[in-house]
Amino acid sequence: MADREFVKFGQNIVTTQELLAQGHNFCTGCGEALAIRLACKAVGENMIMNMATGCDEVCTTPLPVTSWRIPWMHTLFENASATISGVEAGLKSLMAKGKMPERDIKCVAVGGDGGTSDIGLQALSGALERGHDFLYLCWDNEAYMNTGIQRSSSTPYGASTTTAPAGKVSIGQTSWKKNMVEICAAHNIPYTATACPSYYLDLMKKVKKGAEVKGPAYIHILSPCPTGWRYPSNMTVEIGRLAVQTGIFPLYEVENGRYRLNADPPELKPVREYLKLQGRYRHLTDGEIERIQQRVSEEYTRLKEKAACFPA
Amino acid sequence: MSKRVALEASHAVAEAVKMADVDVISAYPITPQTHIPERLAEMVANGELKASYIPVESEHSALSACLGASSVGARAFTTTAGQGLELMHEVVYVASSMRYPVVMVICNRALSAPISVWGDHSDVMACRDTGWIQVFCENNQEAFDLTLWAFRVGEDSRVLFPVMVNLDGFTLSHVIEPVFLPEQSEVDRFLPKFNYPFALDPDRPMTHGALGLPDLYSEAKVAQEVAFRKSTGIILQGWKEFGDIFGRYYCPVESYKAEGAKTLLLTMGSYSETAKVTVDERQAKGDSLGLLRLRLWRPFPFEELRQAVKGVETVIVFDRCISFGMGGPVFSEVKSALYGEEPRPKIVGIVGGLGGRDMSAEDFGYVIDRGKEIAEKGSDRILEVVGVRGEMVSIRGQ
Repeated sequence: MADREFVKFGQNIVTTQELLAQGHNFCTGCGEALAIRLACKAVGENMIMNMATGCDEVCTTPLPVTSWRIPWMHTLFENASATISGVEAGLKSLMAKGKMPERDIKCVAVGGDGGTSDIGLQALSGALERGHDFLYLCWDNEAYMNTGIQRSSSTPYGASTTTAPAGKVSIGQTSWKKNMVEICAAHNIPYTATACPSYYLDLMKKVKKGAEVKGPAYIHILSPCPTGWRYPSNMTVEIGRLAVQTGIFPLYEVENGRYRLNADPPELKPVREYLKLQGRYRHLTDGEIERIQQRVSEEYTRLKEKAACFPA
Repeated sequence: MSKRVALEASHAVAEAVKMADVDVISAYPITPQTHIPERLAEMVANGELKASYIPVESEHSALSACLGASSVGARAFTTTAGQGLELMHEVVYVASSMRYPVVMVICNRALSAPISVWGDHSDVMACRDTGWIQVFCENNQEAFDLTLWAFRVGEDSRVLFPVMVNLDGFTLSHVIEPVFLPEQSEVDRFLPKFNYPFALDPDRPMTHGALGLPDLYSEAKVAQEVAFRKSTGIILQGWKEFGDIFGRYYCPVESYKAEGAKTLLLTMGSYSETAKVTVDERQAKGDSLGLLRLRLWRPFPFEELRQAVKGVETVIVFDRCISFGMGGPVFSEVKSALYGEEPRPKIVGIVGGLGGRDMSAEDFGYVIDRGKEIAEKGSDRILEVVGVRGEMVSIRGQ
């Protein structure tokens, strides 16, 4: 029934055109695949995408086949932002010199949390600072999933990964998640936002906005990963929703320096509801969960205070 | 009509890039390459050159941005030296394997540690196997000519490989010499517009840089090697066309007064000119001596080298780099290329000019004398390095 309703009404908002073709090799229930599919729908076919090495690249292009119905390229792990800088500059130069007809081609660079917040951070910072007209999308599944669930700087405190495993004397990840949105916003770019495929209309609206905006835009997309987070693959959307509803991953945007919360539930759910569903947090004691709760509440309050500075 | 002007080699390169009407320049400054990006940035700022200049934050990004530019069909140029080339090393392989014909000028510099900004060939020798067409310049005119030629050859749809143009840091990059600058109309006749057949375009979606599983990777690599070796034909054709238009003809292996000589000194790069002074002096004294200069380093000019050493008794190879645990890289490659020759000349390797150490005409005299001596009696040294202080341990019998 719901499906039929969607076909009737949904197609006015969401195109049925699939730019990421079926038949790719993503795991069942992959939040990243869902995010990519939605993001492509939002940007449309008039784009060139550069993808950092990662699950997404490996799962979509095993020679001699490809899942891409858009012009797509991958060169390396840490250089998606630098490569898209060249794509953007190349198109601009060719059009300015009359070697190519003038048209609006969206330049989109994408990568996982490793390719974005760790090894690719320098190239990203450079491209943001130089002000290239491009959209960067980070699919954050909170660890190096492609190589087998190793920790990244985006792995949350307390999560167990293969290079920061929980053990007798360790709770797993001992550092707090790097805040990429703040780092990107600090470059004073026109548009920065968070999104999650569980809130698909919000995600698509933001991706569209990021693609339309003149200059760099950065969107940090929480992409639940059943394989790495260890939860049943039919719960991806539910897990993403809980990340937002507990305040662990608030949906907000920073537009020309103005903060705006996009989903602000009257009361946040306890983080325990989110943590208890995932194997990566199974070892956490009540004390540790309380510690995470405190940190999440503090950060959420701080974010609300920022948003309050900019009344709608 | 070309005009003759005094130009620093770095500025000659910039002039060639400008006349090639490059679309994207992406570079990170590093000594001794700085004068090239500085001059190009100035040209773009003045409106002399219509191009996007991307002031990237590292050499890794410099070449990455060139790949992006190339992927949409833009003519892309970068330049670096020493540590910069090592930092971009990973990207260097990708450029050739994805067949993006970027042109890169390298002002050859020694590698750390100890840190040295001065010239030798250590940086580019680490790039021997990267699948780029590689040439070495001797003087400023060649720096201009080969930069221009690099676009013509690399972008040829039968080639589509990136090209490295090597010029020695300081001893060439910073030297001012007279250079013939051609008319733009002549350049346009030589260098057609870049028409990349696989440009990324929303109207015809294409996937660049896919995943190669074990069942296809070998085929991809062999296809690359076959295409790379085939490019030699276009390299030669490019030099022929260049000569027909500009009057200066180039070849993979340059012979200098080598006819009938019993001993040949083999060099690469700008020190060749100094070595030629020594050859002149020695020949005047009746020495049977000539010089070979490798202009083309990759693809390796097997055939031309074999022809050039026919009937020669001794080849003394001068290297500006040490391959640790092996010796001079040019020496070992020349030796390997000539191993199957019948009769085979004696091949001796001597290293010098490391980290900017000057090589005078007298020093090349030593190289020749010592080289002949080793050819006759052999050497008791682990490595022959010109003018080095300190003990060289014997490895006889090892």
